[in-house]
Amino acid sequence: MALPTYADPLEKIWHYTYKVICTAIFVFLIAPILVIIPLSFNAEPYFTFTQKMLALDPTGYSMRWYDSLLTVGMQAPDAVRDGGWWSDLWHNAAWVKAAKNSVIIGFWSTILATILGTLAALGLSRPEMPYRRAVMAILISPMIVPIIIIATGLFFFYSNPCSIVGVSCGRLTSTYVGVILAHATLGIPFVIITVTATLSGFDQSLIRASASLGANPRTTFFKVIMPLILPGVISGALFAFVTSFDEVVTVMFIAGPEQQTIPRQMWNGIREAISPAILAVATILVVISIGLLATVELLRRRGERMRGVTPH
Amino acid sequence: MTDTTLAAPAEMLTTTDGTPLKKALTRAQRRAKGRAFLLVLPLLAFVLLTFVIPIGQMLTRSVNHDGFSASAPEVSAWFHTNPGAPDEAAYAALAADFKKMKADRTAGEAGTRVNYTLPESRSLFTKTARVADDLAPPYKEAFLAVDKKWEDPLVWEAMRAASSALTSDFYLIGLDMERTADGSIRRVPENERIYVYLYVKTFILSAVITVICLLLAFPIAHLLATLPMAKANLLMILVLLPFWTSLLVRTTSWIVLLQGQGVVNSLLVAMGVIDAEGRLQMIYNQTGTIIVMTHILLPFMILPLYSVMRVIPPSYARAARSLGATSWTTFRRIYLPQTLPGMGAGALLVFILAVGYYITPALVGGADGQLFSNLIQFHMSKSNWSLAAALSSMLLVGVLLLYWLYDRLVGIDKLKLG
Repeated sequence: MALPTYADPLEKIWHYTYKVICTAIFVFLIAPILVIIPLSFNAEPYFTFTQKMLALDPTGYSMRWYDSLLTVGMQAPDAVRDGGWWSDLWHNAAWVKAAKNSVIIGFWSTILATILGTLAALGLSRPEMPYRRAVMAILISPMIVPIIIIATGLFFFYSNPCSIVGVSCGRLTSTYVGVILAHATLGIPFVIITVTATLSGFDQSLIRASASLGANPRTTFFKVIMPLILPGVISGALFAFVTSFDEVVTVMFIAGPEQQTIPRQMWNGIREAISPAILAVATILVVISIGLLATVELLRRRGERMRGVTPH
Repeated sequence: MTDTTLAAPAEMLTTTDGTPLKKALTRAQRRAKGRAFLLVLPLLAFVLLTFVIPIGQMLTRSVNHDGFSASAPEVSAWFHTNPGAPDEAAYAALAADFKKMKADRTAGEAGTRVNYTLPESRSLFTKTARVADDLAPPYKEAFLAVDKKWEDPLVWEAMRAASSALTSDFYLIGLDMERTADGSIRRVPENERIYVYLYVKTFILSAVITVICLLLAFPIAHLLATLPMAKANLLMILVLLPFWTSLLVRTTSWIVLLQGQGVVNSLLVAMGVIDAEGRLQMIYNQTGTIIVMTHILLPFMILPLYSVMRVIPPSYARAARSLGATSWTTFRRIYLPQTLPGMGAGALLVFILAVGYYITPALVGGADGQLFSNLIQFHMSKSNWSLAAALSSMLLVGVLLLYWLYDRLVGIDKLKLG
């Protein structure tokens, strides 16, 4: 965005002001995320940079908050760090438990959302699909409806899920299955959006070409359709995973103490006594999201290359 | 001979097994439709079961509350047959109900239901239930001996409203209205109108956040759209990283930055802009909600705006300039109108998401930065389920209207992420 040669002085001034404004907005976007990273290494229990930190004095920094993350909830946190300590950590530490729950719930809800969502996206992008608009509106709505309403609805429904057929059976509250189903529902819109976007660039005649060459629908799906839409499917799956990994409201309403996830633990930490240990968790999560973002960007570029869209 | 072949070609065209082509085609199309629908069906069933039905079921609670009618069946039956003021039979029915309520320990539940319509009724119910076994004919006098309020027509009107499980009372509460003694409906006194006030405030705050997002997103999207692709992709990461970062992480960061002893205040004190006693209160209030929600929703505005701006041909602006337009005129008359679809899509999406926000206001909103969702949660935590359901449906109506508008103006299939 070079300045045109015919620009007058006023336009030149505006041009540089504009650049300053843009820089300021970028700082607004990114600074809050980056600022917590150095603060999580603070040796003091403060949320601001100490004199020692600013002077880059090594004693101003420490790993104490990361250490305290590990030991919360352990039976013998101060014991010698041998095999027994590590096993205690693996089985009892609150944050480790939360991380395990987050991964288990995130994994299964992603699998569920991705499989069902990809199938549905395949159907929705066929030109023959009846009632496409209405069906699409229903499938995207979990992203639009306020989370508190979804959580409230699930809270009642899960306390007696068989009530819709008029009988009484077990409950889904305080179960992994309940949380996984809820998170899958929340992840579905993202899978639908990314996969239909990929399919909109998909040449439908390839399917017919494959069939005319003697492939059955199964072979066509795995050998022709799947490789082409895979980048979209994976980024949809990542979106679904992140949605589950970041979700706290339904967990608050329907999960029991056994299903506490990382965001749920963070929520407690922020609401009660906020300690720099929260910043340590936040830093770890930022690193994870940088990794996920890099993956999605690489996939997007690969997808563009495969479909012949080159950056111009 | 040529006549016969031309006469009725439509009937002549058949498939190899002899079915007319038209029929075969319709059948094939129907089958294709069925196949497409079959692919969507599992997900549709899943979403119906885990999303549509639970919410629908919850919303029925907003018009259905049997706390009183189930606990006090006799007096409820009396209300159904007698439209007028309570007579001795009504008091007798009520006495029988109170004896049952005491035995079943349901007086509190029944009182709670009446309490929604007439405050302070719950204590009247629990108080009366304690002495229920001593109630003897003549019942009216017996009740008045317990509490003079039993003569009050307002109490009876409230019980009449509660006597059928089906009720509109929770919507009345949600709309800040109440029943008067003669059964008509009026607005509650000005200082008690909280729900409509918060509803309107939620929409106004969301609008403010949307406008700020638009103002911040426009220059960024424009910059990204006009830079060379390689550079734009690099800067795009700065937009996408917040988008991919956990909501709780971003909220935490803002708490750290904005609190009294936080980074921003310390910086301002160090720079001498404010003194140590005059630290700004930027979090745990409405300002905090606006700042943090703007940060969280900004990418949802930048992305649609960017995708529209990227395809605006720069030649139009150049043509305008060559025809003598100033840069301001070019921007206002040529560029801005072309960005409208992106602005509309982004603004509607941000507005819809903002209206239903819960987590951020709950964590950084303090007392005056709470939104309607937080009110629903408050009533859920107090077990006022029917009221929470009524408020939920009010919020849902607002959001679904906006969603419908979005589909109309933008189209749901145009929704893109990154």
